[in-house]
Amino acid sequence: MNFKSSLKKAIGLGSAKSGLHHWLMQRITAIALVPLSLWFVGLFIILITAPYQISYTFFSSTLNVALAILFIGATFYHGALGMQVIWEDYVHNARARWILIILTNFTSILLAILAILSILKMYIG
Amino acid sequence: MNQRPLSPHLQIYKIQITSFLSILHRGTGIVLFLGSFLWVLWLISLSTSESSYATFQYYIFSPLGLLALLGWSFSFFYHLCNGIRHLFWDIGCGYEMPMVRFSGWVTVISAVLLTFFAWIFGFFWAGIWL
Repeated sequence: MNFKSSLKKAIGLGSAKSGLHHWLMQRITAIALVPLSLWFVGLFIILITAPYQISYTFFSSTLNVALAILFIGATFYHGALGMQVIWEDYVHNARARWILIILTNFTSILLAILAILSILKMYIG
Repeated sequence: MNQRPLSPHLQIYKIQITSFLSILHRGTGIVLFLGSFLWVLWLISLSTSESSYATFQYYIFSPLGLLALLGWSFSFFYHLCNGIRHLFWDIGCGYEMPMVRFSGWVTVISAVLLTFFAWIFGFFWAGIWL
């Protein structure tokens, strides 16, 4: 026996959920990442061969730390949104799709926190 | 559910510059997501200790590490250039087919050149520090 009304069965199955917000945030983070990622990749290239102390003291500057945290937040937000679209397009099993999306989100949040805490440790220490 | 007709998928179509670059955008996006481990590890090792940073540098400058950096850097510049191309489409610019193909080639050439100059830039700084 199924006591659900026809409306209850239909709600949530269509495509119109929170697509606009997803679409918009993907673009907004993309725009933010154009300058932020160029800045971060530039400093990464410069500092990756630098002596330890020079790389370390780079993150004692408040402006550098602020920009780095912005970059990290925008990157993992953008990355999680992008990976979600890929799972949605290619994984047809609903349960597997949800598990993969949630795992991707958890990974993104974990990496973002690890990166931000590392930077704050150098900023304070 | 299983009897419903499916729309034709990727392998049905002849590969063209437009579709190839679209697939490459997703591919490089996945590489960048996986590759974020590289620079997060860089930050973690840098904040941990001088010896852990030395270990990170040892592995990142190994042949396999450099190969990963090369793939990651090209993916970054390609995804950046093609992302800007997408943003122009989002505001309604550049939809004519000759323009779509032209901007595609501009994207690929820019990505290759930017990757090349990024490595020159990297070797230049390595020469200063080392």
